[in-house]
Amino acid sequence: MSVVELPLPADLPAGTVVADEWVPARAPWSKVIEAGQILRIVDVEGNQAVDCVLYLAHDTTERYSAADTMAAQGNVFLVVGTTLLSTERTPMMTVLGSPVARHDTIGGACSKESNTLRYGHHTTGQHACVENFVFEHLRHGMGKRDIQSNINWFMNVPVEADGTLGIVDGISAPGLWVDLRAEADVLVVVSNCPQINNPCNGFDPTPVRMIVVQP
Amino acid sequence: MPTIPPWSAEALPEGVQPAAVVWDETVDGGGYSAKALARGTRLRLTDVTGDACANLLLHNHRLPTERLNVADTVKVQWQAYLGTGSVLLSDLGRAMATVAEDSSGLHDAFSGGSCRAANAARYGSGEVEGPHPNARDRFGVSLAKFGLSRRDIAPCVCLFKGVRVAEDGAMVWQGAPTAAGAHVELVLELDTIVTVANTAHVLDPRPDYTVGPLRITAWRSTPTGEGTPQWSSTPERERAYRNTQAWLAGLPGATVPA
Repeated sequence: MSVVELPLPADLPAGTVVADEWVPARAPWSKVIEAGQILRIVDVEGNQAVDCVLYLAHDTTERYSAADTMAAQGNVFLVVGTTLLSTERTPMMTVLGSPVARHDTIGGACSKESNTLRYGHHTTGQHACVENFVFEHLRHGMGKRDIQSNINWFMNVPVEADGTLGIVDGISAPGLWVDLRAEADVLVVVSNCPQINNPCNGFDPTPVRMIVVQP
Repeated sequence: MPTIPPWSAEALPEGVQPAAVVWDETVDGGGYSAKALARGTRLRLTDVTGDACANLLLHNHRLPTERLNVADTVKVQWQAYLGTGSVLLSDLGRAMATVAEDSSGLHDAFSGGSCRAANAARYGSGEVEGPHPNARDRFGVSLAKFGLSRRDIAPCVCLFKGVRVAEDGAMVWQGAPTAAGAHVELVLELDTIVTVANTAHVLDPRPDYTVGPLRITAWRSTPTGEGTPQWSSTPERERAYRNTQAWLAGLPGATVPA
């Protein structure tokens, strides 16, 4: 990954920067974040969804669970203070800070296959998050079976009173971010969402920046 | 316990011929069961006392890496709450099952099944050999009998326990027990491994681990037919049925429609 040449954000948590990397538009990325380290994800150009799954680094059969995370806090939105839980309710990461009011974990990840349902078969050739996830999982000795529920940082999926569920304009903006503190050694896998058929990326996927701080 | 042979089952739904019954079983609270069922099977789940909680997983029997995807199911159909007409979608864009009947209307696609730690925190224990069995370990053992593993425990749907999402995102429990005898009928659109764990819902506020018996009855019937109102009820559903149809067309023994 290319080295980021932008200045560090002024409000970055105190500590030593141990990684500062670009994730190009439409690309996958992964890294083990050690317990206590803070991962900052920066939505550099704004309105960019970042699909994300987590695994315990020492046992990847235990992974992020959207259901357990939502049920434990009794709310479907990920906000500052949310603890991201595993399938066995082990704390994996905590949302330490974010100027974005909420992030999504019910919307799943776009795939070539679900794109055919939502937008039609003419989209089959387009890139998608599940393609990124499968590729990146293969690098870690995992595969399609391992991909379960995910987080969509910077994405906005409200549920209306009658159950109507939409993916509407993002509530993120250029330079906004989310800080995640690892509560265990966690393998973080992301797909910088390539979706161009709905507003989740402002119809124009852009790069995101990943900064890891050792406090 | 199961009715053996299945076709000796009694008190069947109206119009079901005993000879067509392939599975009849009552799963006690805390228990689980699973079975591979052919495309076209009609599966009725009955909440006998109004306190069942059917945590449901579906895997494609011919291609078990393909399974129910709860997030795609709600997202693609633009609807968080399952009901009659809902299609349960796989993670490969295909219709796995259709909700053909639903007299309950109280289901949950968000909270998932319990795990050992959740039940231990709530009731003091969560292991499956104890009084508060958890859904996740039930799923793991059940799937292993089909050659699958913990990696194959995808998020489930919970039938007969309603949760609604408030404007601020809060998950609102819809109460229990509900009407005794409510049922959901699924039509299977693929050869499917059906796994059901009947364990207490994770948001059930009652202090005691509470879950009633669940009756499962399945019989040979027909898949959702091309050109029926259900098939073309929405463009997304029609494309899901067409994707299933296209996949089936490549399998051994498939016949091409005239």
